[in-house]
Amino acid sequence: MLSGVVAVYIFMLAAFTGYEVISRVPVILHTPLMSGSNFVHGIVLVGAMFALFNAASLLEQIIGFVGVLLAAGNAVGGYVVTERMLEMFKSSGVRKTPGRHK
Amino acid sequence: MQLIDASVAKWVIDTAYILVAFLFVTGLKRMSSPATARGGIFWAGLGMVIATLVTFLAPIAKQELAALAHTNMTLVIIAISLGGVLAWWSGKRVAMTDMPQMIALYNGMGGGAAAAISAVELYKTGTHGAAFNILAVLGGLIGSISFSGSGIAFGKLQGLIKRSFRFNGQQFINVIFLISTLAIGLLIAGGVTTGTAAVTSFFVLALILGITMTLPIGGADMPVVISLYNALTGLAVAFEGFVLDNVAMIIAGTVVGSAGTLLTQLMAKAMNRSLANVLFSGFGEGAATTSGPVSGSQKAIEASDAGVMMAFAQKIIIVPGYGLAVAQAQHKVWELAQLLQNRGVTVKFAIHPVAGRMPGHMNVLLAEAGVPYDLIADLEEINAEFETTDVSLVIGANDVVNPVARNDKSSPIFGMPILNADQSRNVIVIKRGQGQGFSGIDNGLFYLDNTRMLYGDAQSAVNQLIQAIKSVE
Repeated sequence: MLSGVVAVYIFMLAAFTGYEVISRVPVILHTPLMSGSNFVHGIVLVGAMFALFNAASLLEQIIGFVGVLLAAGNAVGGYVVTERMLEMFKSSGVRKTPGRHK
Repeated sequence: MQLIDASVAKWVIDTAYILVAFLFVTGLKRMSSPATARGGIFWAGLGMVIATLVTFLAPIAKQELAALAHTNMTLVIIAISLGGVLAWWSGKRVAMTDMPQMIALYNGMGGGAAAAISAVELYKTGTHGAAFNILAVLGGLIGSISFSGSGIAFGKLQGLIKRSFRFNGQQFINVIFLISTLAIGLLIAGGVTTGTAAVTSFFVLALILGITMTLPIGGADMPVVISLYNALTGLAVAFEGFVLDNVAMIIAGTVVGSAGTLLTQLMAKAMNRSLANVLFSGFGEGAATTSGPVSGSQKAIEASDAGVMMAFAQKIIIVPGYGLAVAQAQHKVWELAQLLQNRGVTVKFAIHPVAGRMPGHMNVLLAEAGVPYDLIADLEEINAEFETTDVSLVIGANDVVNPVARNDKSSPIFGMPILNADQSRNVIVIKRGQGQGFSGIDNGLFYLDNTRMLYGDAQSAVNQLIQAIKSVE
């Protein structure tokens, strides 16, 4: 179990980490990065899994089920769109063919 | 069927989560440079897979989870498969131009999941500490707002919600919703009321608050809003991490929360507005009509003449905006640029930080069309170059090139850094009609002596330019 103080330390250090990681990002990567961080908070999936494993009543099971469903959507969808966007970033000379389009 | 005992399972989960946190941070770090970005999402993705797999050991690690484990395990597997397949399918087939709303949607799902965790924990009556309750209430509140708010943002970007709903006293009603939500939240957190009714009304109010907060916000402010809700979901996930004692969630959620906050600030700064200003005062929709009319008239040009002008230019800067995304003209624009390059014309793309509907929206579209990223320049890099440019081609952009932002103090966009397209020798503006831009502000650029208007949908207008330039030879 985490003590309160340790939890606050983790929170503080992680906040600094996030700030540092992002602080010098070129504008060109703003979308993939936002989409990438959108994917990373898909880790809520493990929390939702715990909540559903823990569910004791029907109401809790329903909410937990919706939670896992949404979290899985966040994680998988976030990954797919980020991957698709990053795939397109090439410097000149690497390729000349137009990107995929539907 | 018990292959490993509880202490081993717990050890595996804890160790794996440390690795997962490391992979997430490394992945995000690598995503901050175009050269290493693809590796970055791979590492983060690997982290997610590991985290999900080891969490299946949880019912073993915690004996008290074992009772309902069988049913709940089945439910977990069904929910993951269903959500995962739907998201995979939608994520694969969505067009690049629709990316902002998909990100809003996936983000809202994350917020909803965080709120669901809070709901399950708060519906459990019994022995929670005050700190636990406060964090669960906060995570639930933020997650719910992010869920319904992102839903509204999705609806607006998808065109399902056409207009911005504004009426007198709207702020007042928002404040009442906020206060009543917080009041019930405090009662729950303090352990005064823990009944099902109180918890339910708390979540309903929080969801309504997200809707009423987002409805009045106009499309031009969407980059800031999407970025903000992304940060909020991160924060909600971190709070749920404290509730569930889950270090991986605390670290990942906090990193996203702070990174997202920074990105939101960058967006707001690019518009020279504070975050509060974006959220609580309408951009354009109400206030803009006060700005005075711009003198002069708009001068139209035929595509054939514009094509000749561009064919014999030495340097051209293309300024894309939301109109390019709407018309899906990115491929045609790159074709045009390549055609000009083959004639020996220097072509560059100038991107304003808030062009489009999400941070970096234009970069993604141009990248999709195959434009190499070294041809694309930010505002600071390129602004000095407009003076030596023969033709600036503005495609479906408006406020980001409006000189009014420089000299009209009464304008709502006064002080916003703009692209200095008006300083180039000639300006060609591709625009659907004579109407005003999204903000409803008249654009001084359109009335300048060196500006010519090429009316039409961006895709067909660019196509006409291509034909015109081809016929020059």
